[in-house]
Amino acid sequence: MRSESVVQIRRLVKRYGSKTAVDGLDLEVHQGSVTAVLGPNGAGKTTTVETCEGYRRPDAGTVRVLGLDPVADAAKLRPRIGVMLQSGGVYSGARADEMLRHMAKLHAHPLDVDALIERLGLGRCGRTTYRRLSGGQQQRLALAMAVVGRPELVFLDEPTAGLDPHARRSTWELVRELRADGVSTVLTTHFMDEAEELADHVAIIDAGKVVAEGSPEQLCRGGAENTLRFMGRPGLDVGSLLKALPDGTEAVELTTGAYRITGQVDPQLLATVTSWCAQHGVMPEGISVERHTLEDVFLELTGKELRS
Amino acid sequence: MSVGTYTPAPGAAPLPRMIAAQTAFETKMLLRNGEQLLLTVIIPSLLLVLFSTVDIIDTGGSRRVDFLAPGVLALAVMSTAFTGQAIATGFERRYGVLKRLGASPLPRWALMTAKTLSVLATEVLQIALLTMIAFALGWSPAGNPLSVLLLLVLGTAAFSGLGLLMAGTLRAEATLAAANLVFLLLLVGGGVIVPLDRFPEGVQSVLALLPISALSDGLRDVLQHGAAMPWGDLGILAVWALLSLGAAARLFRWE
Repeated sequence: MRSESVVQIRRLVKRYGSKTAVDGLDLEVHQGSVTAVLGPNGAGKTTTVETCEGYRRPDAGTVRVLGLDPVADAAKLRPRIGVMLQSGGVYSGARADEMLRHMAKLHAHPLDVDALIERLGLGRCGRTTYRRLSGGQQQRLALAMAVVGRPELVFLDEPTAGLDPHARRSTWELVRELRADGVSTVLTTHFMDEAEELADHVAIIDAGKVVAEGSPEQLCRGGAENTLRFMGRPGLDVGSLLKALPDGTEAVELTTGAYRITGQVDPQLLATVTSWCAQHGVMPEGISVERHTLEDVFLELTGKELRS
Repeated sequence: MSVGTYTPAPGAAPLPRMIAAQTAFETKMLLRNGEQLLLTVIIPSLLLVLFSTVDIIDTGGSRRVDFLAPGVLALAVMSTAFTGQAIATGFERRYGVLKRLGASPLPRWALMTAKTLSVLATEVLQIALLTMIAFALGWSPAGNPLSVLLLLVLGTAAFSGLGLLMAGTLRAEATLAAANLVFLLLLVGGGVIVPLDRFPEGVQSVLALLPISALSDGLRDVLQHGAAMPWGDLGILAVWALLSLGAAARLFRWE
């Protein structure tokens, strides 16, 4: 399924003084999809998103959002996008409901504010003003402000940072509902599970560049080899086992009786290993398959821990 | 919420509706803020009542309320257009409100228009209240209402420019401190409650060029002495307005 692209970034460069925040980044976002921009702090996630929102002017390269130049065509673009900043954006003396109602008034066909308040559990904020809301409530209000104008495309900058697990799930659920209704979403995150759970497309960025991209499945399959472990009689003929396995697979006896096979671990490989064991009268115990996560992929690509 | 709830239907509200909504919201935030009310309502009212009824200052033979009412009106304009606006806008910038609104359908010029309308709405309320208090204290104003209106408008422009210049360039805490300090200094040295001729000659001629002095002196010329058009004071205010609004437009940073 190849749909129209809503964001096109080509060779984007953005510098702050002598520091290069974004360094030749390419990214394409397809209509109706959820795209996660994943990377450690300082990788250039926020700068990339804020360039799409029209806050930053590229030093080089081009950015088109819904076919428009975010700086030159700001007046046309802004009514069509929803923006959730990483923090702030609300009058400190405003209550959650009145801020949301006010944002709704700036749009032609806003969502039903009461239903949105209910949906995001903001009704419990009551008469509390923004500065006294909990971090989670502030995050949910910012999310509500991003969607209240019924945008075509929303940018969420770290939408679940600082949320408890329940609130995170609820935010994820909203993003899925947006997708189901045809809204495109670009979100930045440094949570692997968030990208894996939500995204149709993940772009891993490091030092201002996209170092890998694809669906979470593609990234996990393509970027790293998987591992199969089992316990058996010590001193098995590993060489004979290897002959039965596809090229590129490795097999070793790590410690006495503990075997590790690395390569493309698929059902066929598992069947080959167990049938080899059956032929050699070996009972493989404790068979386990380790699937590589995005975290492993990230570590391999960048040599960095994500949550550092 | 059911399927189809979020189906895109983007679009900006009509401009007049956005500006009206933004003005109403800004005014509501301002009137809710206790510190702002202290500056804009309580201090001017107290000064008017206190100095009109207690013989503390020498107003040169005229009735005290006739001297004080124009000065306190000038102070009210300064408190809202300069001090209040500088502090509020400084913190809106600091907390990303200006940034977030910058990504909304509301154009920046419309946001600034709404801020100005909100300042004017607040001034109308202040002036109505202070005028009632002054009348209750026996005030008998003279002069042409049109001159008064012109002075108030130019004064508002000059003080708004200075307030926005401060809010758009300094850190929020610095703006808070500086705006309050300037308020206090100009309250004392700007002919609001202390007549300028109480200061030494050399100091007087400098103080007379301050926007607060021009506004209080101009209002006093008209309301107390029945002057037609205080062109000198209007000129000083116009120069301040041009310089400060020009500088604010060039130097204001939204983030």
